[in-house]
Amino acid sequence: MGNSSSMLTQYDIEEVQEHCNHTFTQQEIVSLYQRFCQLDRNGCGFISADEFLSVPEFAVNPLSQRLLKMLYGLNFKEFVAFLSAFSPRATVENKIEFIFKVYDTDCNGKVSFNDMLDVLRDLTGQFISEQQREQVLTEVLEEAGYQKDSSLVLSDFKKILGNSGLKMEAEVHLD
Amino acid sequence: MSTTGKLKSSSSELDFDRPNIEDYLPSGSTIQQEPHGKLCLRDLLNISPTLSEAAGAIVDDSFTRCFKSNPPEPWNWNVYLFPLWCFGVLVRYLILFPARVLVLTIGWMIFLSSFIPVHFLLKGHDKLRRKIERSLVEMMCSFFVASWTGVVKYHGPRPSIRPKQVFVANHTSMIDFIILEQMTAFAVIMQKHPGWVGLLQSTILESVGCIWFNRSEAKDREIVAKKLREHVLGTDNNPLLIFPEGTCVNNHYTVMFKKGSFELGCTVCPVAIKYNKIFVDAFWNSRKQSFSKHLLRLMTSWAVVCDVWYLEPQNQKPGETAIEFAERVRDIISVRAGLKKVPWDGYLKYSHPSPKLKQGKQQNFADSVLRRLEEEK
Repeated sequence: MGNSSSMLTQYDIEEVQEHCNHTFTQQEIVSLYQRFCQLDRNGCGFISADEFLSVPEFAVNPLSQRLLKMLYGLNFKEFVAFLSAFSPRATVENKIEFIFKVYDTDCNGKVSFNDMLDVLRDLTGQFISEQQREQVLTEVLEEAGYQKDSSLVLSDFKKILGNSGLKMEAEVHLD
Repeated sequence: MSTTGKLKSSSSELDFDRPNIEDYLPSGSTIQQEPHGKLCLRDLLNISPTLSEAAGAIVDDSFTRCFKSNPPEPWNWNVYLFPLWCFGVLVRYLILFPARVLVLTIGWMIFLSSFIPVHFLLKGHDKLRRKIERSLVEMMCSFFVASWTGVVKYHGPRPSIRPKQVFVANHTSMIDFIILEQMTAFAVIMQKHPGWVGLLQSTILESVGCIWFNRSEAKDREIVAKKLREHVLGTDNNPLLIFPEGTCVNNHYTVMFKKGSFELGCTVCPVAIKYNKIFVDAFWNSRKQSFSKHLLRLMTSWAVVCDVWYLEPQNQKPGETAIEFAERVRDIISVRAGLKKVPWDGYLKYSHPSPKLKQGKQQNFADSVLRRLEEEK
């Protein structure tokens, strides 16, 4: 793939499209490439954490640090694959898999109680006490039929999040 | 202008400058989950709204758009257009550019040979000295404008020199200052720059009266606010020109105006500047190029064409806060110059957003969870 401001060839676009399972159209990929080059200011082929944080809307997001770890060192192809879960063409399964990955930081296929607590802490900050957080999480887990010390796997997530319409999209503007 | 990549956390003092961001962002962008009924596992695990916001920001965001310098569309890709364009390049670089450098050199020579003697010889006669220095600076700015073949159309009444008034304008490049200065000798408040620009600032601009600030110093704001107040109250000082955006924006958008200029208790005269991009893009992308390179680009283009509107002076309405006043004036300027407004502080170019914004979102979510727990009981 060419370096920052060079144009994408048709081969490049098709390769990226293949890699993201055709969740983006070719025009959207070109648009994403322009955005990638815009964010990658020093042109080193990937977007550093600082460059992501220079987008204020991203920096104020409670899950930004978590996402930064997932975005670390991605080249353009992987960047598009990362965003593929947010395409309107992505299936609900893709979206749930993405959400699972956000929780499963050590990538062992299991989301433990602590993993869920960590994400809840990111989302609520200092506005709920640690004790209350644990309490709430334990309660809702038990109600859904899970023990506090059991770990959830992907199929559990699919069961919990699957039924009602999961809406997770980001629009790619075409110039 | 320092272009280091290191961002630091903004000082808490910058917080008070911002009106509630939620008032600006479109309603769809806040976490919109309607809490109803019992809290269940799904509600806690479903982080899709937050993730959608993050992904939306990664894909496009209104802040970065303000500083995007759009490269001109190439039109020279044809058999007959290309030689025409080459001919244009030759004219611009080999005829126009040397002529402009000549004009500028002559201007500098006239200016320095008049300014330096006047500055030292008329030390005792301050009023006369300042009057002459003022005219000389205006003249030098005219030479600058001529060196880019500036075609500036001024609309509205010429600024009058009265006490207790400040002028505010939108900011695209440092040449904004030069374009306005050639009509009226304003005093200006600027970021202290290194290099030859800094030298100019400390010698010549001192004569029209300038206030320096340093973005990177937190305490600086209070010192500068004091200096502003002193200047405005002085009867003999040149009218003060302020760029409340605090940074250069690409002339398609305006970022939030800092309230400092709007709480001085004096009349605010808005000035709108709009550049015609067909001739040259006058946006100085300080992250991408030095001021010298920027000037060089202007001097090798055909012309700098812009419109300047001096708009009706505004006073703070009773019951209006300084921030509301600032936003009202920003609205006036944006409408006149055809610019879109974005709800971001220009200083976010140099520092991270305040943690309060993130905490606001966390608080919202936390409150909705706690509320639903209460509902169950």
